[in-house]
Amino acid sequence: MWRLMILCLALALPAKAQDLVLGLSESEVAITTTFDGSDILVFGAIKHESIEGAQADLDIIVTVEGPKQPVTVYQKARRLGIWVNAAEVEVDEAPSFYAISTTRPIWDILSATDDQRNQITLSRAIRSVGAPETVQDPAAFTAALMRIRQNEGLYQLREGNATLIDNTLFNTEVSLPANLVEGAYKVSVYLTQDKAVISSFSSSIDVRKAGLERLLYNLAHDQPYLYGIVALAIAIAAGWGASAVFRLFQS
Amino acid sequence: MQIYLPIAEVSVNAFLLLGLGGIVGILSGMFGVGGGFLMTPLLFFIGIPPAVAVATEANQIVASSFSGVLAHLRRKSVDLRMGTVLLIGGLVGAGMGVVLFNYLKSLGQVDLLVKLCYVVFLGVIGSLMFVESLNAIRRTKRAGAPPKRKNHTWIHALPFKMKFRVSGLYISVIPPLIVGVTVGVLAAIMGVGGGFIMVPAMIYLLGMPTKVVVGTSLFQIIFVTAFTTMLHAVTNQTVDMVLAVLLLVGGVIGAQIGTRIGAKMKAEQLRILLAIMVLAVCGKLALDLLIMPSELYSIGTGGGH
Repeated sequence: MWRLMILCLALALPAKAQDLVLGLSESEVAITTTFDGSDILVFGAIKHESIEGAQADLDIIVTVEGPKQPVTVYQKARRLGIWVNAAEVEVDEAPSFYAISTTRPIWDILSATDDQRNQITLSRAIRSVGAPETVQDPAAFTAALMRIRQNEGLYQLREGNATLIDNTLFNTEVSLPANLVEGAYKVSVYLTQDKAVISSFSSSIDVRKAGLERLLYNLAHDQPYLYGIVALAIAIAAGWGASAVFRLFQS
Repeated sequence: MQIYLPIAEVSVNAFLLLGLGGIVGILSGMFGVGGGFLMTPLLFFIGIPPAVAVATEANQIVASSFSGVLAHLRRKSVDLRMGTVLLIGGLVGAGMGVVLFNYLKSLGQVDLLVKLCYVVFLGVIGSLMFVESLNAIRRTKRAGAPPKRKNHTWIHALPFKMKFRVSGLYISVIPPLIVGVTVGVLAAIMGVGGGFIMVPAMIYLLGMPTKVVVGTSLFQIIFVTAFTTMLHAVTNQTVDMVLAVLLLVGGVIGAQIGTRIGAKMKAEQLRILLAIMVLAVCGKLALDLLIMPSELYSIGTGGGH
């Protein structure tokens, strides 16, 4: 038994001996007034410890995950002839953004077990515990959440979008949409061989509001009274200004 | 040109917002409605979160109503005395409305109630106004001069009479106060200035001349929406200044144009157009409730956000 374990370890070691290095074209994304989305280049290299490793059949999966938030998914149903929100499921943690780029179709390079262990695919990233017992089909709610956010470009699965050159250099491009939530975006790279993850590495991109956006957001939260008064002052001034300008034109 | 909105946290086309503001501003100047019942659904449609849309809309209405009132003041078509009486009632009503709204919220399904409120009120007011103004137009065509309705009703028998010179009325302050309170309650629940309820109420219940009604309604709306803006800014931080500025630049210009168009039109035509618009919005909302939506599910950012 003991020997068997050592043997297993010995066999497993060479496969583990591949290191990943990861680079990002930007480590920070500033949301300014004219922010219209941003393309991030994720690139890196694989350090091989042995010749066999360099000749193996390797694949790359890159994920970018936005800050997690709790969301509520509502389902409409017909009651007394009108469509109303009849059921709701609270999803405890759903990433505000999730993009997956792979070198090949994902289930050709990743097994379900390794997906579960590393939490790579979208359904693993969304955590929903305890749907109310009155809800018959909680899975449909999570599916709807994924479908809606996919249509909004917030959840992306781009198979074949990543390239791996000579089993050593890899790169992929992830496009961040304009409707981003602030926070740390986690970038992870997984190296797979025979559908198993043999190495991984993570880094992060900081997405922050900047300039006027930052100023207004802070003012709204730190000094709500002042913010409200400024907003009203602008409204009154604009109303008066337009009236004055029009009178000038008429006389 | 895309602009990122700091509070709404979405990126939208600046010219689209300027245009929307302009159109709603024109309607506001013409009819004396704030335009919230029109603008709020439009903002939902272009992807602004509902809470931000409602709050920011209130801020924009302050600007376009103020612009409109200045134009009406110059024309001497604002009954300041009547406006103040309505406003007092309105603020009392708004306070009651907020309490009622929170109570309904604790019962659940408040969204549905708001929608039903919209459909019922828009439908009833729109149809009544449509039929009435159609009759008025027919009458003027047939008889040349419209018969003036100067019938004494129970309203004239009430105490606390007051002279409203601009409106040419000598009536008790009780009916305007009741109208103000009712509109205030509804405005707080439905999240609008209440112009589309106030305008018909002033014409049909109080018997004010249509030309004075528009300016007086705008005068009253300024204060109600300013109050709402402050409330939202302080309690929810959902007023988006960038969005408001884009909307109100279009809005104030539109309001000036609208006031001038309104002055050139006959009262009946003005009323029938407002009726058609109210009915159109009502129809759209009713269809949303009756027709099976293409996406049965919707997402709300839940939890402590």
